[in-house]
Order: sequence, then structure tokens, then C-alpha cells
Amino acid sequence: MNVLGIESSCDETAASVVGATGVLSDVVHSQVIHAEYGGVVPELASRAHVEKMGTVVRAALSEAGIERPDAVAATAGPGLIGAVLVGLSFAKGLAAAWDVPFLGINHLEGHLLSALLEDPAPAFPFLGLVVSGGHSTVYLARDVGNYTVLGETIDDAAGEAFDKTARMMRLGYPGGPVVDRLAAEGNPKAVKFPRPRPGDLDFSFSGLKTAVRTHVQKKDRASDVDVCASFQAAVVDCLLGRVKEAAERTGVRRLALAGGVAANSELRRRALELDLDVFVPPKNRCTDNGAMIANAGRQRLIRGERHAMDLGARPGWRVDE
Amino acid sequence: MAMIVRCPNPEDTEALGASLGRHAMPGTVVALSGDLGAGKTVFARGVGAGLGVTTRVQSPSYIIVQSHEGGRLPFAHADLYRLGDADELEQLGLDDVLDAGGMVLIEWAERFPEVLPTDHVVCVIREVADGRAVELSATGPSAQQLLEKL
Repeated sequence: MNVLGIESSCDETAASVVGATGVLSDVVHSQVIHAEYGGVVPELASRAHVEKMGTVVRAALSEAGIERPDAVAATAGPGLIGAVLVGLSFAKGLAAAWDVPFLGINHLEGHLLSALLEDPAPAFPFLGLVVSGGHSTVYLARDVGNYTVLGETIDDAAGEAFDKTARMMRLGYPGGPVVDRLAAEGNPKAVKFPRPRPGDLDFSFSGLKTAVRTHVQKKDRASDVDVCASFQAAVVDCLLGRVKEAAERTGVRRLALAGGVAANSELRRRALELDLDVFVPPKNRCTDNGAMIANAGRQRLIRGERHAMDLGARPGWRVDE
Repeated sequence: MAMIVRCPNPEDTEALGASLGRHAMPGTVVALSGDLGAGKTVFARGVGAGLGVTTRVQSPSYIIVQSHEGGRLPFAHADLYRLGDADELEQLGLDDVLDAGGMVLIEWAERFPEVLPTDHVVCVIREVADGRAVELSATGPSAQQLLEKL
């Protein structure tokens, strides 16, 4: 069964076809324009998604070499409602025209199940660390559709901490790749940044951001590369510290990484050193993409699911509902 | 009228937000500003707690707007830093929340002042030697009435 997946919940307009043999096509049009310092994203408008959607979907179908998939899945939330609606409406239109099942997918479930696209793929149950600009969550995935949040951020997301650190240091946008690159040349022990442990298995990155700002305002501050390396080490310590606790608490020994921050080289390197079976998707499957939506749609379709055409966009949809 | 509240600790900032949340009225709009790390999310978390929302108040910087449920009033928390242009404001659904009798808290509203109704609360968090100073002011009668209850 070939499933077309469409993603438009934030900055990316993406479409992909996933079949029994894996990803047949994966097309992403990023709307992130590398803006001047500070990094405002100029084109979040649903208009931009509308302009790109047809081209992106056509490219995904043509690369996959199919004219009509067996189902169409699209992100239904969480995300900016105007942006989500573009992909969701487009998907419903296609499903109706082709007379094939339609599925509305939670964007975070898409990330969480990304590891199932790889070989080897984790068996259920597994722990999922989904870290991006908008989310930092440790999940326990027992099966498709059966997820528990073990811990999440109480303030800023990890990716947001990267972006804001880069902004404070005037390194450009997006912050993740640039901090990653500079950190590779720095000393992670140069600056002692906080590693807060709020309740349960939650994260907090707001204080770290403030600590970076306080440090870089000092006269005898460390070099950019050292600050980046020390900041990144603190983020990775917090993330993986919680993952270790989650593994101890649940007894689950498999871990899947996902989300844009999972493209960070230090997080990937240190996750692989954990005494767990770690599944790390390639970097292009960490950031937002259509394949993860097609995959989640396909997993649900295989289990006999299909959704009604009146399924609406859900801007604040939690994956554990 | 403007009032300045000293908040030595983050808990004080959160408590001030909670007081605002407890007294907010349907249609209350708050423009919240302060530097990175000043405590905007902490203040917003307080507002959510004051309203009694059951969803977690996290930074909306990336997703731009987050709606919260389960409280005394519907609550939308927005951050316009990443918003491209004013055309996109209507996509945020803030008017829908206000029409439904909700309250809206907006960070970086200064980028798009047109998002603010004439009558709103302005909240500025500044870092001072002994913590934070939160300045609250009203631009109209309803906002004024709200501040007098805090």
C-alpha cells in the first residue's frame, strides 16, 4: 500500500510517498529563508504553503512513479491553524477525487514513528525523544496510537534554546546548525552552565538561555566556540539524563530520536554511547518532512483506520490524547 | 495609571501573572514584553495557572500561538517574533478566542501593534539589580478596571 503524506504545519511544505518497501519519494520545500541577524522567518503564511503545495505533491508522486496512492495522509495538528489547513484541505481534496482513504495525522506522532522507516526499526515498546524548535518530550510508545508522555519541557523547547542562544550571540538563524558547527571546535567544559531538573522527567531550558546571556555579557567571557560547546553539552546532558531515568523507570531499553534537534551531532554521538538500543534517523528525517506523515498514516491504515472528511485542524493536539 | 511591581524571584513573577489570570475578563488582551530571559514564559505560566487552564503553558515562540483549555476563560498565548507579516495575524485565530469570551496574551506585540485593541494591558518585565521589575499599565477603561483589582 502506497500512502501519500503531506506536511504543512510550520515552515516546511512537504510531501512524500511511503510504500511497503519504504520511502519512495520525499520532497521538502523549506520556507526558512536565512534572514539577516535575528532570524525572523518571513514566509510562515499559509499563502506560501498554497503556492508550493501543488508542485511539491506532484514531485512526490512523480518521483515515486505512481499516479494514484492507496491513501492520503496529512498533518492535522499541532501547528499554526492556517498552515495546517492548507495541507489538510489539499489532502482531503485528493482523497475525495481519487476515492481513497484519508487520514489526519498528529505531527508529533509522525516524528515519534520516524524510526520505523529505518532498517533496523525499533520494536514496540520504545522510548522516543522528540526534540525540535517547538517540542522537547520523552515518550513511551507502546504501540501505534498508544503513547504516554513521560516528561516534557516546562518552558522553552531545546531547539528554541539553540535558536535563542544563536540570536543572543549574533550567530544567525536557524541556530541549531551554526551552534553545532562552532561547538565542534570548542571546549564543552569551558563554562559551567546549569542543568536543571524540574519535576518528574520534565525539562527546563529557560534558565540555561538566561545563563548564556549573562555569561556573554561578561567582560571576561569565553570565546564563541567555547560558549557553544558548553551550552550544547548542557542541553545534551539534560536530554540524555532524562532518557536514562526514563529507561530505568520503565525498563524499556530501546530509544528512538526524532525532531530537528536530533540532527545535532553531539546529541547523536552521545545517544549512541548510551547503554540502550538507540535508533537515530538520518538528519533529513529528523527535521519536518512528508515521509514521517506518510509513514504514520500507513501504520494506521494497516491497522484498519481511516478518518472522516470532516476531521478538522487541531492546533493544540497532544499526541497522548 | 502604571504600577510597578518588584519581583525578586521567578516565583514572584509567576504569582503576579497568576493574579492577572484570576482577574482577567472575557476579552482581556495583554501585550507582554521583556528581553530574552526576562521571565515572559514564567509570567505567562502564572497567567495560565490563575485562569486554571489544564494544559501546560510553554514558550510559544516556535509555534507562534498556543491555545489553552480547561480554565475559567479560553486562553491564547502568542509570540509574534517569528511572524512574517501583518497579513498572517488573522490566521492566528486570536479574534476567535476573544469572540469566545477568552483572554489573549501576546509577546512581541510591538512588531505588529495593529494586533492590539485600543483597550489593553501593557506588561513590561525589566531586569533590575534585585530581580525583576514588572510594569503594568492600561490603555483603556477595561484594562484599568482589571489593574485596580490586582
